Amino acid sequence: MRIQSILYTLVLVFTVSWLSSQQIAKSEKGSFLLKNGTLVTVTNGTFKSDLLLKDGKIAEIGESLSAGDGVTVVDCSDKIVYPGFIDGGTQLGLQEIGAVSLTSDHNEIGSFIPHMEALTAVNPNGVAIPVTRVNGITSAIVMPTGGRFPGTAALINLHGYTPQQMFAGYKAVVMNYPSSGKRGRRDRRSEEDIKKDSEKARKELNESWKKVKLYANIDAASKSSNQEKSDYNPAMDAMVDVANGDQQIMIEVNKKADIEAAIKWVQENNLNAVLTGVKEGYRVADELAEAGIPVIVGPVLSIPSRLSDKYDVAYANPGLMAKAGVKVALRTNSYENVRNLPYDAGFAATYGMGTEEALKAITINPAEIFGVADQLGSLEVGKQGNIFVADGDPFETRTRINHLFIGEYKVPLESRHTLLYDEFLNRDPGVEKK
Amino acid sequence: MGMSLSAQQGDVLIKNGTVITITDGVKENTDVLIRNGKIKQIGEGLSVGDDVKVIDADGMYVMPGIIDAHSHVGIDVVNEATAPVTAEVFVGDVINPYSVPIYRALAGGVSVSHAMHGSANAIGGQCETIKHHYGEEDPTTYQMKDAPRTIKFALGENPMRVHGEGNGIQPKTRMGIEQVFRKAFAEGQEYQNAWKKYNSGGAQVAPEYNLRKQTLADILNGDIIIHCHSYRADEILMLMDVLGDYGVNKICFQHVNEGFKVAPELAAFGATASVFADWWAYKFEVYYSTAYNAAILTKNGVVTSINSDSGELIRHLYHEAGKSQKYGDLTDNEALRLITLNPAIQLGIDDKVGSLEVGKDGDVAVFNNHPLSIYAVPQYTIVDGIVRFDINEDPDDMRLDINPDESFPAFHELNAHDEHRCMEGVYEFLFHQH
Repeated sequence: MRIQSILYTLVLVFTVSWLSSQQIAKSEKGSFLLKNGTLVTVTNGTFKSDLLLKDGKIAEIGESLSAGDGVTVVDCSDKIVYPGFIDGGTQLGLQEIGAVSLTSDHNEIGSFIPHMEALTAVNPNGVAIPVTRVNGITSAIVMPTGGRFPGTAALINLHGYTPQQMFAGYKAVVMNYPSSGKRGRRDRRSEEDIKKDSEKARKELNESWKKVKLYANIDAASKSSNQEKSDYNPAMDAMVDVANGDQQIMIEVNKKADIEAAIKWVQENNLNAVLTGVKEGYRVADELAEAGIPVIVGPVLSIPSRLSDKYDVAYANPGLMAKAGVKVALRTNSYENVRNLPYDAGFAATYGMGTEEALKAITINPAEIFGVADQLGSLEVGKQGNIFVADGDPFETRTRINHLFIGEYKVPLESRHTLLYDEFLNRDPGVEKK
Repeated sequence: MGMSLSAQQGDVLIKNGTVITITDGVKENTDVLIRNGKIKQIGEGLSVGDDVKVIDADGMYVMPGIIDAHSHVGIDVVNEATAPVTAEVFVGDVINPYSVPIYRALAGGVSVSHAMHGSANAIGGQCETIKHHYGEEDPTTYQMKDAPRTIKFALGENPMRVHGEGNGIQPKTRMGIEQVFRKAFAEGQEYQNAWKKYNSGGAQVAPEYNLRKQTLADILNGDIIIHCHSYRADEILMLMDVLGDYGVNKICFQHVNEGFKVAPELAAFGATASVFADWWAYKFEVYYSTAYNAAILTKNGVVTSINSDSGELIRHLYHEAGKSQKYGDLTDNEALRLITLNPAIQLGIDDKVGSLEVGKDGDVAVFNNHPLSIYAVPQYTIVDGIVRFDINEDPDDMRLDINPDESFPAFHELNAHDEHRCMEGVYEFLFHQH
């Protein structure tokens, strides 16, 4: 029996390591001088300049910088240098294969489980990570999905061999606001039943929130009197900073009436919130702007939520909110095609947001929302070296990414997809037998 | 099936556009004249009387209406998942002219789609090539006149899961799937031989009429083009072997994510391929995929198209085609062929649509920018000379039937994956099962 179970474990281990084997080249660690590129800084305009990456940071921006000892020069003539893109919501590294449920690590059982840490379950060697990187995405939110409080999301950089090496300094508790919409085309509930269900869910939410606040008060009291807490309650512990407004809460909410209710709920409870999804945000854009609550929208490439909606509402939504003064970041909400983030931004740009604002929505805006704008989101001295170099507008599908840096590493632009191309473009042998 | 009405055919002159013909280069400042639903003339300085609608396409791009070789928009049901072989059912019987997704597809420049049976059965139902005559209320007016018959086949996980795992009958493996085809074809041949015998006086009593077997016989006679849902290289080779044994060669492999591995064999057999631009990892059989699939197939001489299989993707096939430039450097014309002439060849309608040539159907898409640019927005979609989408006359609510029991059209908490319908009606609790 014992041998059997060891064998079984070995088989599992081999299967899992085979599933996630990378076989891509190692990254190159060092300092790099990016010569003669056009820098799209996002925060300080666009101009021709050199950029020195040292110890993983942007050390200098200026003309005619000289490469010191041990600095690798990267010729960026006729190239454009961008800050790495940030995806505001994914399951990257938390899901390997869609239909194989045992490769899914974002949807734990339970409704009130904010202590489930997405960062714990990120597979640094997930095959989709290099696939994502080669399109200029260098950071992403990884977030749990499921019940009312499915866990805690984290921001990661897309390079590293442990979750902690990838962690980019931001976490938020995720909440799914009670929906008064249909779950999908197969939802057969009547309008009245949907209304009843959502009212019940809101009532339950308010009841659990009373408990959260009570727990936070007890926690504060016991801390100030140096008393030990009696019970082990990790779920409640995970909520304390949120209840006090010290930690951000990501609230998934999409329908107009629900967004309005969520804004009110956030204000009543004095929370530091960001709304995610926000499909009908354009219908309440002024209220969102007035409330000063930022949003993470996407995927932009989506169908309308109502049959009566104009065909392009999902494309136009981010731009309409931005115009009203809402701080907008974008997300793909994907695990395997996070690489399409530049195209989500491109569609938002095309349908009213404009290229400049769409670029902000995948760089400096998410960095500011997540409180990491001192590290990420623009080309500025002192920030982390998350940078890519392209031969054109990265929103265009014809554009090539030529170089990519994350921290102190120059990351090879390889992935399963490029390697299969290299192997199979001119397959040898061809049709002949052996 | 049976008698079908004709949709309206119209006259329109598109002036001064950049005309992308697909088969005869790109022509600047050129006019396209459509008369009675057919392209009558392509040239400079064409003029017409006041009775003909004129579109000023100055600064715009004029291309053939986009064709989607794999779609489920505009139909009420997708799968007759009751047996591994259901060759007797017709998608043409379930066209829904009130389907708003047809209008949304028009808003993406798509004039023709292949309304397909789902992938639950090894041999599914017969499909229908439809023209997007949105606004017509008779479903038969959507059926494309003289389009060849097509039928859906499916390999791999979907039929294995539905019949083997679900119902405990063959096929549960790819071995079983091969034998389902061999048995079905043998029965079709037997049936045909029995009729031949009777018709030549060799038998007193006629065989019992059987539509399923008759359809199989029609496939063996080359009267029906096979469109086969497939992913893995081994199963693709298997089906070509089986078809080779029966002398059948009219086959388009659908999805065919591992087509790139057997591109030389596909080319040698004369099979075509209709692929996703970048979908992968949503199930195990697409884990070893590459977005370079379309480019590898094209460069190996396989007639390749990019399809949607989705109510969302069908809205931006021009963007999906653009990805073949990122992943494999296809030229503009090669990329646009993936969504015009090549799918037309796969559906056997390339004598009527797929390029701008005198005598072909007046199916045209007009864009404000080059259609492969992310900044392209479809302006007009013309089907048989009738403007079915005009961005300047585009009311928000395009429903043709209104549910009187619904106070306001319901909000659907969908994600993009909910619009993939290949397995609809089978395993409703599983999404993402293309």
